[in-house]
Amino acid sequence: MWKLLQIELYKIFNRPRTYIAFGAITALIAVIQLGLKADGEAYVDFIMSGLKDTFDFEGKILNGYLVCYVILQLLLVHVPLLISLIAADIISGEANMGTLRLLLTKPVSKTSFMLAKFFAASIYTFVLLLWIAVLALALSIFLFGTDDLIIQKTSYVVQITENDVFWRYVGAFCFAFLAMLTVTAVGFFLSIFAENSIGPIVATMSIIIVFTILSTMTIPVFQKIQPYLFTTHMVSWKEFFDEKVNDQNEVVKGSIQDPQKIIDSALILVLHIVILVFAGIFVFRKKDVLS
Amino acid sequence: MKKLIVLSLLICCFLFDGIAQDESTLINKVKAKIEQVNDYIAEGNLKTDVSFIKAPAGKIKVWFKKPDKFRLTREKGISILPKGGVSINLRSVFAENNVALGAGESVIGSVQTKIVKLLPTDENSDIVLSTIYIDTSALLVRKVITTTKENGTYEINLYYGKYSNYALPDKVVFSFNTRDYKLPKGITLEFDESEKPTDLNKLKNKKGKVEITYTSYIINKGVDDRVFK
Repeated sequence: MWKLLQIELYKIFNRPRTYIAFGAITALIAVIQLGLKADGEAYVDFIMSGLKDTFDFEGKILNGYLVCYVILQLLLVHVPLLISLIAADIISGEANMGTLRLLLTKPVSKTSFMLAKFFAASIYTFVLLLWIAVLALALSIFLFGTDDLIIQKTSYVVQITENDVFWRYVGAFCFAFLAMLTVTAVGFFLSIFAENSIGPIVATMSIIIVFTILSTMTIPVFQKIQPYLFTTHMVSWKEFFDEKVNDQNEVVKGSIQDPQKIIDSALILVLHIVILVFAGIFVFRKKDVLS
Repeated sequence: MKKLIVLSLLICCFLFDGIAQDESTLINKVKAKIEQVNDYIAEGNLKTDVSFIKAPAGKIKVWFKKPDKFRLTREKGISILPKGGVSINLRSVFAENNVALGAGESVIGSVQTKIVKLLPTDENSDIVLSTIYIDTSALLVRKVITTTKENGTYEINLYYGKYSNYALPDKVVFSFNTRDYKLPKGITLEFDESEKPTDLNKLKNKKGKVEITYTSYIINKGVDDRVFK
């Protein structure tokens, strides 16, 4: 199994297509950071304009933690599309090249073969998230420094003290990995049904886009199905950045407003991953591979 | 009869003048007590209590130098303070040329206070009206309600302890009006947020509070002007 995994990782990281996602993410993050470095104060003034009428703020509102939060908000909606480029190609790519049948002549079970493929795709997803973490968090801290994190929700504002932020980002990135792994599982599952990568890639992207739209629209009919869509739960990483308050409206340091929501969303995503992977293995085991 | 009316009017004039002089005398005595402090450096804790802001309490440092240099900074992190409110200290209220009018008495806590209304004579003053509740026995200001042109109305409650001889409070509570806070979901990208009715009712509370609890003062030891830059 370990040997299989090594081979799959070699195949993934030896292809130029793999680095499209890394390049795109690097460019996106660089553009956002450059823009905020050049004109960040104006951006902060704009988003804080409603509060600055009533309050005076003293301190470094535009800091590395806020920049990272802004980047994650924008990026984590679009990273699934980049992940589908690799995940949806994982089986169909082999079929397209005519190597799938050859690979299955090896003395390994179809289950081991599929699991090795899935784990390789998962490692790719992990490396991509790690790259995002290094650029979005570490580089932002280097460029903008640190201070308290002020986040504006739709109807309230949360201020998290500087020394209470980092662990939340660790949690958020771990959750984001789970969310992206779900996308990997979707792409992996769809990849079984095609002999050309374009189909599963486009299908995975379409599912992500449609489900995301359904998850964000506040229409009563859609709100009934939203709890069942994995895209609804993918954004629960934001719950790490909300705090509880006591009776005196004082923040309880180190707390999360709704930890149960994070746990529930994580379990739903894990369920999606398990169902999709095992369904994929089941289908592939039954499938007559002719290419 | 005519003599009686003239005499009554004269008595009334002297009476009103006497009452106005009482208020001015009281204000001057309170001012004199406040004026004995030329500068101070204070440390304390700041707590912001606004319904739509979840902010942690934090340590602060305050510098003051006569006549009107005032600076408050949070030791670590970002401070959220009502616009213009916290720098309204007693000196800024008494610094103006005012007309003092008596407005009765009131009990604050268990302390009997005299109510004095101060109307600034300067038309360009930002302060429109100040209502001051003075503890006449200790010559301490217990409460100030100040209406300003730019920043609305503030209520300042002062609680004294070991520094009462210098008219420096142990605790100051600023109350102020807040506006509704709402950002479009398109800006916050918070499409998954749903507001419960109880939350909405809580968020509609339009009063905010900032509490500063002073732990120590260093009085009249000198403060460098560079601190206020």
